[in-house]
Amino acid sequence: MKLVRIPVKAIGAATALLLSTPAFAGWEPAKPVEIVVAAGAGGASDQMARMMQAAIQKNNLMKQPIVVSLKGGASGAEALMYMKSSEGDPTKVLIAYSLIYMLPLSAKIPFNWRELTPVSVIALDQFVLWDNSAGPKTVKEFVAAAKAASSPFKMGGTGSKREDHVLTVFLEQKTGAKFSYLPYKSGGEAATQLVGNHTEANVNNPSENLEVWRAGQVRPLCVFDKERIAYTTKVTETQSWADIPTCKEEGVDVQYLMLRAMFLPGKVTPEQQAFYVDLFHKVTQTAEYKDYMEKQALKPIFLTGKDMVQFLEEDDAINKALMTEAGFVAK
Amino acid sequence: MEAFGLLIHGFAVLLTWKTVVLMLVGLVLGIFVGVLPGLGGPNGVAILLPLTFTMDPTSAIVMLSCIYWGALFGGAITSILFNIPGEAWSVATTFDGYPMAQQGRAAEALTAAFTSSFIGSLVAVLLITFLAPMISSFALKFGPPEFFAVYLLTFCSFVGLGREAKHKTVISMSLGLLLAGVGMDTVSGNLRMTFGSAELLRGINFLVAVIGLFGISEILLTMEERLALRGHAASISLRVVLSVWKDLPKYWVTLLRSSFIGCWLGITPGGAIAASFMGYNLAKRFAKNPEGFGKGRIEGVFAPETAAHASGTSALLPMLALGIPGSGTAAILLGGLMVWGLNPGPLLFVEHKDFVWGLIASMYLGNVVGLALVLTTVPIFASILRVPFAAVAPMIVVSCAIGAYAIQNAMFDIWLMLGFGIVGYVFKKIGIPLAPFTLALVLGNRAEDAFRLSMIGSGGTLKVFWSNGLVGSITTLAIVLLFWPVIDGLLARVGWTHRTRATSREA
Repeated sequence: MKLVRIPVKAIGAATALLLSTPAFAGWEPAKPVEIVVAAGAGGASDQMARMMQAAIQKNNLMKQPIVVSLKGGASGAEALMYMKSSEGDPTKVLIAYSLIYMLPLSAKIPFNWRELTPVSVIALDQFVLWDNSAGPKTVKEFVAAAKAASSPFKMGGTGSKREDHVLTVFLEQKTGAKFSYLPYKSGGEAATQLVGNHTEANVNNPSENLEVWRAGQVRPLCVFDKERIAYTTKVTETQSWADIPTCKEEGVDVQYLMLRAMFLPGKVTPEQQAFYVDLFHKVTQTAEYKDYMEKQALKPIFLTGKDMVQFLEEDDAINKALMTEAGFVAK
Repeated sequence: MEAFGLLIHGFAVLLTWKTVVLMLVGLVLGIFVGVLPGLGGPNGVAILLPLTFTMDPTSAIVMLSCIYWGALFGGAITSILFNIPGEAWSVATTFDGYPMAQQGRAAEALTAAFTSSFIGSLVAVLLITFLAPMISSFALKFGPPEFFAVYLLTFCSFVGLGREAKHKTVISMSLGLLLAGVGMDTVSGNLRMTFGSAELLRGINFLVAVIGLFGISEILLTMEERLALRGHAASISLRVVLSVWKDLPKYWVTLLRSSFIGCWLGITPGGAIAASFMGYNLAKRFAKNPEGFGKGRIEGVFAPETAAHASGTSALLPMLALGIPGSGTAAILLGGLMVWGLNPGPLLFVEHKDFVWGLIASMYLGNVVGLALVLTTVPIFASILRVPFAAVAPMIVVSCAIGAYAIQNAMFDIWLMLGFGIVGYVFKKIGIPLAPFTLALVLGNRAEDAFRLSMIGSGGTLKVFWSNGLVGSITTLAIVLLFWPVIDGLLARVGWTHRTRATSREA
């Protein structure tokens, strides 16, 4: 009876912690902690949050339970406003990505990431150009097909005036081809629509297309980074992540990396911030995290404190420039 | 029959005392969260999900799927007793279920709801068992035009087949569509009708609206009319169960039709909600004397519940095979799978056979055990109506408020719920049907997105809705249904049908 065993285990853990109390006298959450996801179920943020939830609980990194709450409404703006209104509440952690820069620009949402408390940057996510496995085999053939197409050449993506859309605009600028961008609600949906031949391509994150790639339904054409992905373990029968050429190698110089970072609401104490910095540092040491990074082809990174703020400021500037150039900044 | 062998293996793994106990625990918890309006379904499963983290995957699957069944069963209880649907697909159950409860036939309605849920899910599980690989490739055929065609079909069937005055249906639907537009527009990435308010950013949550429109407005009406719950003299013995079952064969056409609609819309990713409405409308249209619908006809419970649960169950298929959850609850379940490293996708059926068949076997068992459990509790739930109104009403209002708050943890939603309560009261007074309003609110956004994506993809030509056999036939069917009263009248004039009078009069 597993159910009966839990309390015994919990008591065991509690006793252990009681005995070791003098060792760490810092702040600890007194309530269950919520990881706030600014996207829908099954997307890359959700998967990452679930991974961290499992890593924290399986390795007993925190006494309080941790729950994932999906706040993907209004293209993720729901999560941002939720964090903004939770000022001073140290039991809510946002798993953020580039929407923290882009949404305030494109939709004029009254939000600024500087009002939140930065905890740590925990990974950088890649973008890959994918097409249907029945489609063109290389970037050159792909661009040629897009130029030759008589009806709109459809590019699927998540949301409007966001990272996927920005990448599409820059692909157009660099190649001279024309795409019709179809904004879907999630990366999972964009993946299925590509498999079903309703779109010609997408620029999903590796994790969003992983399963359909392994099933041989889509083909990675190139990765939007200055170097290839480092992981050389075979993902499909014949290919590893490292086998995907960079877009630059293929003659299309477009690069974009997206942060995955943790934030607390504004106005929390330094002790509370320190607790989470330590917690997520421990998460990055777990087998679950390392395994996830490799499987989903993310770049491991751990930035906190001043380094993180500096990174955010630079990243913000880059994103702002891209958004302005793409013409997505609301007047 | 590889499938059959694997299924038997799945059963063998599951049939131990330990799993049966876990099943019962899961079901009771599921029913409990399903009964609380607003909390039900997705939120309940989300709260209970961490319970399973410490278990081994098989126990966890059993527990989770039983919570899912429990929540599905539980949703019908509040719809019938208090006119408060817990999940989007319980809305249609209130149309006849609640009048039945008011006439003192709550036990009968509950039995009908539970039994038809069981039948609907059973048909869908059978479908999953034997046709899984084929169906997932069917779901892939759905692009934006196909999705729009399905939504159009649902809207049109409402206007064409509804018995209410057409203009009132259209007014109600248009208001729903208008409110569905509030919030972020996915296609353009801009905000609409938020008037600078951060609260409106999220848009108007469907469940908040439904709790107000149905639950609160009903309390208001009851307060005005009589200050007592009707139907308190309900006969509540287990014999009711048997008498309902005895009549079951009479309704086989309804049950079969609804199962079919449910399965079809369930495997269409995102189509599950439309199923119960369509099941209800078609049952009404094809009934010999449709006048009794909405006033407590038992078919009015059978039809939507069978369709809802057939679709709720078959919605698990696109979730497993494509990673696209068909309902809110399925979305949370999806998150649960990922915790064990089971990533839904085309290879799940190949690489994790044990898991998939264990899950399917637990669907059969959970459903059977669930039915037995809820049927024995029918008298208990039906007797709630005997409690004096003065004691029950505050509890209902409080639980509505908690439910509305819990959906997005927003105080604003409670005010919104009360506002909708008043809107619902006024609508009922002036005879505007609430169902088209709720349907438009829940499907409006998706229909709009699907339409605009179709237009972007086709370069702006409407021909895309007849571009292949699948989308063409759905669109055509939708238009036929929209003008059905006219068409039916014409056919009658030529002498093709006998049911002339009833239908041509309404046209």
